[in-house]
Amino acid sequence: MEELKTELKEKIIEALNLEDMSVEDINDTDMLFEEGLGLDSIDALELIIILDKDYGIKLTDSKDGKKIFQSIETMAQYITEHRTK
Amino acid sequence: MENNIIHYCNIKNNEVFLDGKKLYSGQDGDQFLDFIKGVYKNFELNYPKFYKMDPLCKLAITASSILLDGIDQDIDPDMGLLLSNKSSCYDVDVKHQDSISQGEESYASPANFVYTLPNIALGEISIKYKLRSENSFFIFEGFNPEFMIDYANSMTKLRKSSSVLCGWIEVKENVYNAFMFLVKPEAGLAFTKENLLNLIE
Amino acid sequence: MNLPQNIIPVYVANGNCVTPMGLNLLDNVQGILDGRTAIEQVKDENLQKEPFYGAVINKDWLENAYSKLEYNGDFSTLEKMMLLALEDIVKTYSDHLDDKCGIIFSSTKGNIEALTQDNKEAYFLHYLAKKISKAIGIPSEPIVLSNACVSGIMAISVAKRLIQTGIYNHMIVVGGDLFSKFVFSGFQSFQAISSQPCKPYDKARDGITLGEAAASIFVTQNRDLISSESYYEVIGDSSINDANHISGPSRTGEGLFQSIRNAMQEAKVKSPEIDCISSHGTATNFNDEMEAQAFNRVALETIPVFSLKAIYGHTLGAAGLLETVISLNFADKNLIPPSLGYKDHGLTLPLNINNEIQKKEINTVLKTASGFGGSNTAVLFKKCKSDGK
Repeated sequence: MEELKTELKEKIIEALNLEDMSVEDINDTDMLFEEGLGLDSIDALELIIILDKDYGIKLTDSKDGKKIFQSIETMAQYITEHRTK
Repeated sequence: MENNIIHYCNIKNNEVFLDGKKLYSGQDGDQFLDFIKGVYKNFELNYPKFYKMDPLCKLAITASSILLDGIDQDIDPDMGLLLSNKSSCYDVDVKHQDSISQGEESYASPANFVYTLPNIALGEISIKYKLRSENSFFIFEGFNPEFMIDYANSMTKLRKSSSVLCGWIEVKENVYNAFMFLVKPEAGLAFTKENLLNLIE
Repeated sequence: MNLPQNIIPVYVANGNCVTPMGLNLLDNVQGILDGRTAIEQVKDENLQKEPFYGAVINKDWLENAYSKLEYNGDFSTLEKMMLLALEDIVKTYSDHLDDKCGIIFSSTKGNIEALTQDNKEAYFLHYLAKKISKAIGIPSEPIVLSNACVSGIMAISVAKRLIQTGIYNHMIVVGGDLFSKFVFSGFQSFQAISSQPCKPYDKARDGITLGEAAASIFVTQNRDLISSESYYEVIGDSSINDANHISGPSRTGEGLFQSIRNAMQEAKVKSPEIDCISSHGTATNFNDEMEAQAFNRVALETIPVFSLKAIYGHTLGAAGLLETVISLNFADKNLIPPSLGYKDHGLTLPLNINNEIQKKEINTVLKTASGFGGSNTAVLFKKCKSDGK
């Protein structure tokens, strides 16, 4: 799980071009959207692609994303339970 | 009163100028993305969204910020934006096209796709400076001073805008040239083809 | 701000279009009168494994119509569509295509498929514009406007302004975009493609349907040149950015609201004087709701409004121009086109969605569009009669 969390942080920094940030800057429970990392709706779509491409999880209803993408913690949890690759 | 050129900014050949004065030089041999990141840091633009932008928006937001932040003048809330170039948003278009040409492994990136329109650069400038104003993006084979004069003048004459931030913002595969200039009906350099051609040189 | 004085009037006439419904305006209008839509199920595994909905031109049909034109040279699909759309204007105004006649192209992605070819020259929009200008004999430097989904209607506004300030006597406006993998895959990644033919303003709407089209119109200050019985004066225009988000529309409809308000002020037109609204209506959740906000803020909620997206799909840089051409032709007949796909009101505010063809005396038409980059455009048209002048 810890490995997956670090992996997710790396992927997010790369895919969302958060160049000023490093893995250490993101806490597992930080809010990803709004006041936390400040991600927006396009970033959410990008996270959906990461789930699909790297973990074989297809999210068809973007509303589900709200819960899953709350924090690195919730993302890692969901991926562990649902990953197909 | 006729429009005059009030201020202008050039970004080209690894250097940044405001009103003809050199403000910054990049490292020799910098590629565009390294150079423009250096400019962003040097001028302390402090706008993290910069990193998410495609090359065209990076160049446009940098040039407009250096010009608008560097001048001792209030920005008209109805200042129009009039940008132009030759290559539209070529670099990000190529990136998106590559991402969808990988057969089974094709994944379009929403973060790229959203930049595959040249006028997104206008949106980014409008958001940063809260400009609810007229804006339009045109494409020509090369810098077209006659058109910029004709259209910027029509915008102020027809009272669509009280000033116009104009620009030629071209970037394609590490070859780039930004020339941004503010025109307004007040004292300044004559808004003529000759002057524009001199200033972009 | 004070309105400028003594501005010369500018007129539009001879609109035409090339769409999956028909390769000229008459066939398109007849198709709509017959209750048809250009959207159908498409099977193209190169784009998506499962079939999807789209409005795609039959290319054999296009080749056949194009072969009757007499142009030399190698033209792309989009260029052929534009040449066909321009044919009527080129013939009608052949004596006036001089250096005081300008040309504006509106397109978002042009010949985007050129990116997959070794020679990428055709990718560049000025390349397409020069090729077509040369073919139809326009000596002036072509102008390309690439302003997302408002390009088509904004091009009419740009033409009006350049004529009113004496730069040109006339301008030809031509717009076009193709149904491409480039755009389809992008909107898919946005989860914005509708699983069914799009349903603007309906409760069950779930995104856009893409289409392809070319359209054209002639813009002039000289009404004596115009041969058609009805033509329209462009009485007000404005394009105000939301300054809010690069892909999502403003929740309050601020930019669209200001654009409509400015156009109405210039035209000296009050809300009840507008007879119908040809809206953008893409059928995404946010766009349609944003329009409802903006229309209510200018007290247009009782005016019949229609989106043509459920007939043509979203044709991007052509959309605003295509929809203007269709709307004005219906206005000639004192008819309001139908906003297909609308059953249950799916907006938080009232709007008078015109879901069936309606007879009404039409004198003033409002056309609006909104797009990525926070762009919005509103243009008002007023009917003129050649007899009364």
